[in-house]
Amino acid sequence: MSCKTAVIVFPGSNCDQDCVRSWKAITGGTAELVWHKESSIADYDVVILPGGFSFGDYLRCGAIARYSPVMNEVIRLAKRGTRIIGICNGFQILTEAHLLPGALLRNKGLAYLCKDIYLKVENNQTDFTSFYSPKAVVRIPIGHGEGSFTIAPAGLKKLQDENRIVFRYCREDGTSDESTAPNGSLDNIAGIINEQGNVLGMMPHPERLGEPVLGGEDGRYVFDSIFKAVTGQGGLN
Amino acid sequence: MFKATVEVMLKKSVLDPQGAAVERALKSYGNNDIQSVRIGKMIEIMVDGKDEAEVRAKAKDWADKLLVNPIMETFTINVEPVK
Repeated sequence: MSCKTAVIVFPGSNCDQDCVRSWKAITGGTAELVWHKESSIADYDVVILPGGFSFGDYLRCGAIARYSPVMNEVIRLAKRGTRIIGICNGFQILTEAHLLPGALLRNKGLAYLCKDIYLKVENNQTDFTSFYSPKAVVRIPIGHGEGSFTIAPAGLKKLQDENRIVFRYCREDGTSDESTAPNGSLDNIAGIINEQGNVLGMMPHPERLGEPVLGGEDGRYVFDSIFKAVTGQGGLN
Repeated sequence: MFKATVEVMLKKSVLDPQGAAVERALKSYGNNDIQSVRIGKMIEIMVDGKDEAEVRAKAKDWADKLLVNPIMETFTINVEPVK
């Protein structure tokens, strides 16, 4: 079975080509770039909202992109079960579009952070993480200025109770305390999934560490997992 | 013509690292009477309308739809006529 994949491009997206390259290299499949002005798109199996600075991060990160014509289609596809992953700015857009709960605030230390960090895979029973072993500790880069996840206490409890916190920041040995998140994220949250299990947002960039030539491939298994969820097969490469 | 001003502030429960940094800077040269500093933003919209109530209702709609994220922010609206 094929896996029809789109990478949405907003003005200011800058990880779109990385996502296309990484998706092709990891899964052996194809991926099409889709411009944000499209108001009608095909029934894709997978949609990737890439990182970057859509609309210059004006007003709030992702707030203006949320009103791009293509987002009505992304919302339509989310309802139909398409696997949707928002990476970094893509995660911010998904929260602004209310496809995921919570919001991403300015990093606690104010600085833009660009470095490799460690993540714990808290839930490997998802369409986005099935290739990871339970509680795996993985190294994946971050690059963001607004990645401090916040949500009201009731919303946090719901995420915790429903096992929808998929990735948490941790140390290399897998341990963590309340100050481990480099950006001040609540409960060390780095990635969450929606109730239906088909929309995931994460601040770290799996596509940036998905091939040996990039210095590591811990990130590839996110794409492998999505590809397998759609096609029933692992990545071909 | 009216000027609608939307003042947006981070919720009190939300960490404001910019405000905290400015607070430290102000205190660093002796302003020890400062209790806290919070930073927000102000959006001015020049708009035609029938009366203040109508413009206020429009501004509220824009705040709800785009200008403000209620998960992390609160807002107040001020409307005044402009010649």
